[in-house]
Amino acid sequence: MTQNLLDMALSKAAEAGARKITRVNVTIGELSGAVPDCIQFYFDVLRKGTAAEEATLNLTSIPARLHCRQCQSDFRPEDLPWTCPRCGSLSLEITGGQELFLESLEVAE
Amino acid sequence: MKVRVLQDIMSANEAIAGHNRELFDRHRVLCVNLMSSPGAGKTSLIEATIKALKDRLAIGVIEGDLATTIDSDRIEKTGARVLQINTGGGCSLDANMVSLALEKFPLKDLDLLFIENIGNLICPAGNALGEHRRAVILSLPEGDDKPAKYPIMFAGADCVLLNKIDLAPHLDFDTAVVRRTVTGLNPKVKIFEVSAKSGQGLEAWCSWLIAERRKRLK
Repeated sequence: MTQNLLDMALSKAAEAGARKITRVNVTIGELSGAVPDCIQFYFDVLRKGTAAEEATLNLTSIPARLHCRQCQSDFRPEDLPWTCPRCGSLSLEITGGQELFLESLEVAE
Repeated sequence: MKVRVLQDIMSANEAIAGHNRELFDRHRVLCVNLMSSPGAGKTSLIEATIKALKDRLAIGVIEGDLATTIDSDRIEKTGARVLQINTGGGCSLDANMVSLALEKFPLKDLDLLFIENIGNLICPAGNALGEHRRAVILSLPEGDDKPAKYPIMFAGADCVLLNKIDLAPHLDFDTAVVRRTVTGLNPKVKIFEVSAKSGQGLEAWCSWLIAERRKRLK
């Protein structure tokens, strides 16, 4: 996953004609399965010898969002198991928090 | 200078998964990704399904494991075409591993391909392989709280098999709790109560597979 991220960043920077990457801005949903500490750890290992060697990795978390199909309320779930805080229903649709994307790069020419 | 990207980090995997799926479609093979905890009975279910459907569907199996060929050796005994992938510690198969396996695994003459994923209820949920359908197996001894604890896995399933249903009289597993939680997250899911060991409930599962395979032929 982190290798994908780094490859994507390096190829986008090359497309932009940049010599080096100074900052990598990543958005991580709470439900994406990605663990920020792990991404940071692997990024530090993998960036060596690349144009991102000196880049800061900036990870922004997006909270989980659920929609209750019963009472139509939208909420951020607390701990598992998930239940609607308003009506107690288990009929819940995941509406946010599964995002995992490279938002932008800051580069130097 | 800022460069806007807005690209999914898993897009490389998604692209390869798309190629895998095209390959399945070209060969008119239904591909089912089987996921569960270790020991839920993925391999036993595959063995029982091959036995039940051997006169109706030609079934192939790609076996994922961290190491060992224990599972593929078992499948080989059924006479089905099988290939082992060892991830060497990786907690999920990904589309590229499957793509490389498919280079050595002819789909010609197959109707149905099972991909047995690595045993856990977390990582495989986030890695598309190119499958048409996702089946999650939950065995009764694991407890009826698993869908509540691993909602992402169950929210993304096309069907859930409650395996080892023959043990129900000996356990406190409440199938109604599981049905409520799983259908709450995933209203369209099919739930089958089965025992790979006794054969109980396998007919409904096999009929579902046959119906799904038929849809691929249209």
